[in-house]
Amino acid sequence: MSVGVGERVAAGGRSTVGGSSRRKRPASPWRVVIRVFLWAMALGWLVPLLLPLYASLRPYAETAAEGYFSLPKTLNFDYYVQAWQGGNLPRHFLNTLLVAVPAVVLTLFFASFVAFLISRRRLPGGRLLLILFTAGNLLPQQVVLTPLYLMYTKLPLPWWMSWPSELVYDSYWGIIAIHVAFQTGFCVFVLSNYMDTIPRELIEAATVDGAGVWRQYWRVVLPLVRPALGALGTLEFAWIYNDFLWAVVLMSTGDKLPVTSALNNLRSVYFTDYNLLAAGSILVALPTLIVFFVLQRQFVAGLTLGANKG
Amino acid sequence: MTSTPTAPPVEAGRAADVPGRPARRRRRRIGRFSPRDIAVIGLLLGLPLLLDLALIWGPALASIGLSFTSWDGLGEIRPVGLDNYVNIVSNYPPFWPAVWHNLLWLAFLGLVATPFGLFLAVLLDREMRFTRFYQTAFYLPVVLSLAVVGFLAQLIFSRDYGAANALLGRADNPVDWLGDPSINLWSVLLLVGWRHVGYVMLLYLAGLKAVDPALKEAAAIDGANEPQTFFRVVFPTLRPVNVIVLVITVIEALRAFDIVYAINRGRNGLELLSVLVTDNIVGEASRIGYGSAIAVILLLISTGFIAVYLVQVFRREDEA
Repeated sequence: MSVGVGERVAAGGRSTVGGSSRRKRPASPWRVVIRVFLWAMALGWLVPLLLPLYASLRPYAETAAEGYFSLPKTLNFDYYVQAWQGGNLPRHFLNTLLVAVPAVVLTLFFASFVAFLISRRRLPGGRLLLILFTAGNLLPQQVVLTPLYLMYTKLPLPWWMSWPSELVYDSYWGIIAIHVAFQTGFCVFVLSNYMDTIPRELIEAATVDGAGVWRQYWRVVLPLVRPALGALGTLEFAWIYNDFLWAVVLMSTGDKLPVTSALNNLRSVYFTDYNLLAAGSILVALPTLIVFFVLQRQFVAGLTLGANKG
Repeated sequence: MTSTPTAPPVEAGRAADVPGRPARRRRRRIGRFSPRDIAVIGLLLGLPLLLDLALIWGPALASIGLSFTSWDGLGEIRPVGLDNYVNIVSNYPPFWPAVWHNLLWLAFLGLVATPFGLFLAVLLDREMRFTRFYQTAFYLPVVLSLAVVGFLAQLIFSRDYGAANALLGRADNPVDWLGDPSINLWSVLLLVGWRHVGYVMLLYLAGLKAVDPALKEAAAIDGANEPQTFFRVVFPTLRPVNVIVLVITVIEALRAFDIVYAINRGRNGLELLSVLVTDNIVGEASRIGYGSAIAVILLLISTGFIAVYLVQVFRREDEA
């Protein structure tokens, strides 16, 4: 067993009982069992992803005749082309961007400012605010769905903001607003915990130097929480991108749907062709997968950011 | 820096409005906000707060109000007292199945998927080689939306050409994994668990990395074996993670919607409370009062868990 030097140091640093366990490790049959188990599990975990990937590259007639676990006669990207064009995916990807980008930016902006007030400026009633935001984020969406739906179908927007409905309903603004409202809660919670590590003296010094609240936030606090913002941004993008419910309920024009919700259309059009559906699903999952692989560190940091404090 | 409690009160000498004031008064002054500050705060706190109140808390309260009415969204709003609740409990066929499915969901995630995630985290915390590969494989599903998982499910579990039947050699005598109402919930739970395990593993792994190794060494010196060390020494220090995992598990179980909606709109064995709410307001028969009452039931269940979570979080903060 060849453990790299760095890994060995890391192992000595935090693994169980220092020397004795390290000596024991190479021959231990127990470790072999664990390793085999982990390999089997990890591969098993990938099957539900690899299988659709494989199927999407083969004609449906072939898989239907030979089964999914057969060697390929034909491998091509035909289904991807078909899903891309037939499902009108470019349009839906654009819709997603129109919703997700403003929603993530606004969420992080508002949440970081609120967190700064609560955590570093000790705003009166800050604790209550924190509870209000955090608990709001945890409510199941369906609890607010009915009145929200009614409200959206009653509130007008000018035609240039919402066409053709001229309502908050069926507009990007409405979807962005509900995402911001929900996600701000989570981000305020995480960021206020994160900001607790910034020395308060730093802000007090800025105050003495005559900096107003805005300057303290923009110039002092924001640069210091950049890593947390990166992590949260990655995570929030994935969440908002993956949203299904809000768009399905609060929008009616099929052409305006974000891409995840638009997958529904792909199915109704090509009901029987599972390989095409697989290609469509993979195309839709691709951006989050890319973000995940490129920004893996940030993504994981985001997931655990709210969790490992204390 | 000058206004920290430990710093000497030198700031009185600094150029400012009224020199010579007692240090304590001036320190309070620094904490206050100028008119411009108040404008900035009003805008940047006001907007998110307004959104939070108008789009979340307002509607949540309105749901409670509407649940006592029989409203179709158009006509008059007539109060009917507890009628909706009585009706739901006594003669709304999908209600009890939905409650039961939500409970099964909760039990499966809480008693099977979560412990399994913890188990994987413990193994990965010891295993050094290929750990990145294992971790990535396990939490990759977390990136996917449950709607996409719902679509992939059809490929795997479809009756005639699905991979599951092929794998089990049942192509001639196929099982209808998603269509058969006595089986489909379990097929779905398998996929939901697939995604949940990775998330839980990640949270516990982060928690385990933060455990002071000296604790484990001390336990080993005292003669504890590995299971003893884990259950008596390591696990108790994971308490904060446990609470978060518990809340995520409960919330996921109550929020569950996307995956069943993507598969068959939550019918035929896949009913869930969240689907019933959606059905009653967006379906052809718009029964607002009815849907709201189901939403309130959902709200009551989740509020309990949210309260436990907040108490835990804020108590921890007070101790810190």
